[in-house]
Parts: sequence; structure tokens; C-alpha cells
Amino acid sequence: MTSLTVNGSRVEVDRPDDTPLLTVLRDALSLVGSRFGCGQGLCGACLVLLDGRPVTSCETPLWQAADATVVTVEGLAADGPNPVQQSLIKHQAAQCGFCISGIVVRATALLEETPDPSAEEVAAALERQLCRCGTHQRIVEAVLAARTGSA
Amino acid sequence: MSTSPTRTRPRTVPAHVVSNPRLGTWISVSDGRVDVHVGKVELGQGILTALHQIAADALGLPLDLVGIRTARTEGPDQGLTAGSLSVSQSTPALRYVGAAVRQLAEEAPVVEEVALRASRNHQDYVERIATLDPETNLTGFEVVNGPGPTLAVGVDVPRLDLPDKVLGRPRFLTDLRPDGLLFGRVLRPPSPAATLASVADGWTSSGVELVRDGSFLGLVGEREDDVDRGLVALASATVWDEHDSLPDEADLPAYLRSAPSEPTEVVDESPAEPTHTASYSKPYLAHASIAPSCAMARWSEDGSTVHVWSHSQGIHALRSAIAAALSLDPAVVSIEHVENAGCYGHNPADDAAFDAVLLARTVPGRPVLLRWTRPDELTWGPLSPAMTATVSARLVEGRIDGWSYDVWSQGHTSRPGYAGQPGLLATAHREGGAPLPPAADPPAAAGFGSLRNAAPAYDVGPRRIVGHRVTEAPLRTSAMRALGAFLNVFAIESFMDELAADAGLDPVDLRLAHLADPRGRAVIELAARRSGWGDPLPDSTGRGLGFARYKGTGAWCAVVAEVEVESEVRVQRLTVAADLGLVINPDGARNQLSGGAVQATSWTTTERVRFDRRTVTSRDWESYPILRFPAAPRVDVHLVDNDQPPLGSGEAAQGPTAAAIANAVHAALGVRVRDLPLTSESIVSAIETATEEE
Repeated sequence: MTSLTVNGSRVEVDRPDDTPLLTVLRDALSLVGSRFGCGQGLCGACLVLLDGRPVTSCETPLWQAADATVVTVEGLAADGPNPVQQSLIKHQAAQCGFCISGIVVRATALLEETPDPSAEEVAAALERQLCRCGTHQRIVEAVLAARTGSA
Repeated sequence: MSTSPTRTRPRTVPAHVVSNPRLGTWISVSDGRVDVHVGKVELGQGILTALHQIAADALGLPLDLVGIRTARTEGPDQGLTAGSLSVSQSTPALRYVGAAVRQLAEEAPVVEEVALRASRNHQDYVERIATLDPETNLTGFEVVNGPGPTLAVGVDVPRLDLPDKVLGRPRFLTDLRPDGLLFGRVLRPPSPAATLASVADGWTSSGVELVRDGSFLGLVGEREDDVDRGLVALASATVWDEHDSLPDEADLPAYLRSAPSEPTEVVDESPAEPTHTASYSKPYLAHASIAPSCAMARWSEDGSTVHVWSHSQGIHALRSAIAAALSLDPAVVSIEHVENAGCYGHNPADDAAFDAVLLARTVPGRPVLLRWTRPDELTWGPLSPAMTATVSARLVEGRIDGWSYDVWSQGHTSRPGYAGQPGLLATAHREGGAPLPPAADPPAAAGFGSLRNAAPAYDVGPRRIVGHRVTEAPLRTSAMRALGAFLNVFAIESFMDELAADAGLDPVDLRLAHLADPRGRAVIELAARRSGWGDPLPDSTGRGLGFARYKGTGAWCAVVAEVEVESEVRVQRLTVAADLGLVINPDGARNQLSGGAVQATSWTTTERVRFDRRTVTSRDWESYPILRFPAAPRVDVHLVDNDQPPLGSGEAAQGPTAAAIANAVHAALGVRVRDLPLTSESIVSAIETATEEE
């Protein structure tokens, strides 16, 4: 049994230590908002916050999350859509939307650390998040609009 | 909002109503809402939102009293969701169905109790629709209602699906978690020509059952981590017979021109001897969906019927293919569409559906959610074929008088049912299976495949246009956005710039001098004006234009690219001008055009499927890089506003964008790069070639 805190709730997980955190979230805990895109930590669709740091959950083994705090895209919306989510919806900044939950997590982490980033800083922060539909510009604009005081 | 004329006039019955004549196939009522069933599917392009708008106006109801239901095999068969046809095919059908419903519901008796409700006109109307006979044949009487007022069409209605996606709610096929769910994986061969030699005797892995049928190997288990571990273990427990079967990736044009091929002559008006000739090429490209393909299937306990959840673009053809592959009556196979990541064409969605059917057959009564791996998605999914073309023209005093065009390509469709075959990957790997036949090309009436947009929109004098479809298939190919139009427009529009340069003309002027079509001229002029065409630019920066009318029958689109070339090509800005006729949802259309242009920027500057003589080596996002956020251009989209019949927007910008970028690179550097992608290596190579020629 591994215990960890997911979106504010303490959970016990009975999976082998090397099970990817993403599989634990999606299969064991039925939190499917973090998406499987590659399983290699290269696309960012599975991004979650582990003790406040963005990590690709597909490449994070369960043991690394033991006794840690995990926040997923669902957790960011626990008290209603967070500013990044509100802004993405307002700007219609997605097409297929498969990449977008990872982008929500990354952009939320960016704004925590850098409350007033430039467009270039937002794009740089999203470099490891892949979007295949070509919605990059709208996403950057939506994140900029989610800055404190910009909404 | 504009109000269309309400004069009644008889109408011809739209094709999709002729093929789906039953009222109940299109319309049902539940919870005081009219549900409109369509055969088109959401691929991330926002189509369900657009059809919702069209349907609401057609029925004369506000959006919140209309639901939109996506494709199921019980619903209308509207063919594929492909070819940028969903809006142009569905608009007349939904308007006709809406007009018929309005006509029928006016005739239907008003239920007394309902009629008494005060000021609830819409609800009365919905109640009357509920009483209509679902068996009514819509083609059997004359629909005379004209279109109602347009209230929803033309408005930026927000996408129906985005809140779920942005908030991380279950929305995608891969998120389905029904009771009794099992997970499935397939172990694909390590190379296209490989066959299974052996699996280690008595192989087992914790928590999984092995499914074996010839070279088809699958795993089913209760837990996702078990099937993933099992897959890794199984790969190392198998031995495959492999051999080389792929062409030399370093010279694909030479391979395509020498491989056996089948010619299709579009036209031969015997053009005179040319003065100019150039050849262009593109490599194989991958659809590269962000999600690996998946599907879920459940057989009935007695194994007599199977239900499939799929993100296929054509569930009816998929049903026929699955039935044919298993010698079943199609009636025992039912399919419903569930969204997954964008596919951009024929990706492995259909293959995954058949994989799920095969795995689920071993566990009747249990749903099996099957997912491909990322390497399999990139290496086993159908690819956009490599292509090469040679263009020749006779240019006399700035006037083109003679044009010849040859294009070589593998076929652009291997969708289920092509070449009379199911076309599902696992059929090739099962016991007794045969390799999938080479891809076909859609016919002229569907806008061709290899030859899509091979005919220039310009008046170029006598023309000769010939396609050469390669009849062998070293790599599996099929439809990807714009099909052959991506290379053909890149080639034609690059060549137009080469001719302009030789004639000493501005590229825009040369195009306008050879283009009579007013809608084409308008988008070229609009893109030029909005991009600041002719304004000075910094050093190492250039501006280029590309134009096409997609398929010759679809949307008109011109793109101007502004490109900086230092160590690599950096597309800074794209100005897109498009004439889509009546625009159903302007914001959605902008999103589609902009996305198409940015994706084409990625194809043009970055993408190339790599392989050695044995197997595809582009297996992940490092070996198949795509455009990333810092490299994404700014895109400005300008729509021509008119009330002509609506046209799709998803494939209009790709070819023009590629040409615009290449033309901008030439403007910046004075170097013509004719082989995609426009990487620093290809530019260096083009400079070397140009130097050798001098």
C-alpha cells in the first residue's frame, strides 16, 4: 500500500511501486482528466503537480509520489474553474482538447511562480507541452489574459 | 441578424436525406428538447457546435431546445467526416429536415393540455414534434417551407465540448470506465514485413491473458498496469522473422519515379515546349495525434452481437469492414462514435476498433478498452504519402502559355472498405491474413487524392496533367488533411513565384494576371493587403504568398507568410484570407483555418517520417518532432463575408501555407528550396545545388 494525497484527499493505493502515477490516477482512482499521450514524458498531456512541481505523471513511478501531494487538472477546478481554465474557455483556446489539461496544469504552475509573464515567457513555459491542432496562439493569449488583474 | 427570404418554394431533396429518408433517423424528442441526430463526428474541429447552430435555425428553435447527437450506426449514414464536407453536406440536409418538421408539426394536432400552457409556444411546438410519426418518409412529400430566420447561424456560439476538456472531465473515449472494464493492448510486429516466428513456451505475465491469432498478439487484463507490464514482457518473449522492405529514405523522389505506377490523365491539351521546369517533393508525414488510438468493444454474453465505441471518421464503413473481416452479418455489429484526440485524417482509429473487437471476443459480456502505444501510433498508423511532382510551363513576355504537371505518389486512401478490402491492420496479421493492398486514390468526383489540386486555378493555356499512383506499398499510406493538395499547391505556387521572378513581376501581379475567378482574386488581394505586402522588411526576412481553391470546389484561401531565416526557418506571421461562403460560426472557422495553417507550418518546416531499410525509426516525439509553442507563428485570419453556400474550412490553408513559407524563404535568402521540409539542412542543400548549377 502506498499512501498519497490527491486533490486534497488521502488515498491508499495497492499497486506495485513502479506503476506510473498516471496509471494510478486513471485506472486505480478513476481520475481520467490527466491524459495518456505518449507514456514517455514527451508530450505533457499527463502533467500534474507533485508537491507543487509540474511533472509528467506517465513517467513518475508511484514510489516517487509516496506521502506526497498530487494535484491534477480536476483538483485545480475543485472550487470551480481556476483562472487559466476560465480564460481558456472564454478564448475558445482548444480544438481537440486532448493536450489541454496538461497545459492547464503547466500554465497554472507558471502563473504561481511568475504572475506577470510575457507572451514569450508563456510560450517558453509551454515548450514541452505539445499541441497538434495548431491552437498555440490562442492558448498563449488565454494564459496571458489569466494573469492577475488581466481577466 | 439577417432574415432569409421566407417565400415558399419546392426544393430538391438533399443527398443525405435521400439516403436517410426516415424522419425518426434524424429527429427525436426527449425532456422537452428536440434531439437532432447526425452522422458527422467531432474531431476537435467544432463540427457538432456548427451543426447545432444550423439545426436550431432550421427547426426554428432556440439552441437550448435543440440537442445534437453524434454518429451511431442507428442514426443517419452521412458517410465520412472528412474532406471538409461536413458543413456543405449537412447544411442542406438539416435545413430540409427542419423545414419538413416545421411543416409537419404545423399540421399535427395540438394536444389540448399543451395548448393551454400560456406563452409556451416553443414547448407546444416541441410537443407537436414529439407526436410526429418517426416512420414518416421525408422524401415522400413536397417540402415547401423556405428557410427560417437565421438566429444561431453566423454567431460565435461557444463550443459544446470545450468545458469538459478544459476542466478535465471524462470526455474522451479513453476515459470510458464502464462496469466490468478490461484493458487491452496489442503487440505489433517490429517492422512492416515481420512475421511471428515464436512466443516463448508457456509465456505468462501476471494479471493478463494472451490472445494469439497468427502474428496478431494481444493482451487483456483487469488492470492497466498489468497489461502495460505484460506488453513489455511479451515483446522480449517473442521472436520475429524480419527482412528489409523499405526504399532509400534519402532519395524518395527517385524511388517514387521508378516504382511501378498507374497513370491517371486528367487532361492533355498538348501544351507547347516549355521554357521552365522544376521538381518538388514532400516526405512521408505522420498524423501524429496527441492521443494514441483507442477503442472499446463488448460482445454479448452469447457472442452473437458486438457493440463498439470508436473515434473513427466513418462508423458505417467501419461496421461493414468489421463484419466482412469476421464474416458476420453487419446487423450484429453496432458502433457509436466517442470523441478522442484530433486525427487529421485516417489514423489508426479504425484499426484500433477491430483490435478491440478481436480482444473482446475472448471475454464475451465484458467491455475491453484497447489502446495503442505511442510508437505503434507513429510507425503502424497510415502515413501521408511521400510525393514528388514536376511542373513545366511556357512563359512568354510575362504570360504563361502552356503547362505540364506530373505527380507521383502512393495512394491517399486506405480507409475501411477501400480496394474491396476491410483494410483493418489486424486482418494482415491474423492467421491466413494477407498484406493490406496498396492505398487507392479517391475519384475525380471526390476531388482526387494524389491529383487533388493538381490543376492550377490559373489560366495557363493548354495543359497536360497526369498523376502516377505507385502501386506498391512499402509503407502504409492514407488520407491526411488536404491529401495531395498539400504537395500540389506547394509545387504549383512555388513554381508561380519562380515564373514571376524570371518575368520580373511581383508574384501577386503574376497570379492576378492569370486568374479570372473573382472570389480567388479577392482572397489574394485581401491577404496581400492585410499582410502589408510590399512593405519593407528587416534583413534575412521575407514575405511569400500561396493560394488555392481547395479541391477546385471548396473554400478559397490565400496565405502570406513572413519568415525569418537565420540558422533555421522561423515563421513569424501568417496572414490567412479565406472565402468560405456563409460562415456558420466565425470564431470556429478562424480556429480551424488558423490551426490548419499552423499544422501546415509544422509539416513544412519540421516534419519527416524517418526510416531505415527495415523499419520506421520515427517512434516518439523526439524522433518525430512537431512544431512547439515558441516556434508557433502569429496567425491573423480574415474571412470574406458573403451568403454563398457554406464551405468547409479545415483543409483550405495547408497547401497555401507551405507555398507561402517556401516563397518567403526565397524572398529572404534568394534560395529556392523545392524539397520539404524546409530545415536548415534542406536549405544548405538547395544552396549547394544552386551553386553547382551556376
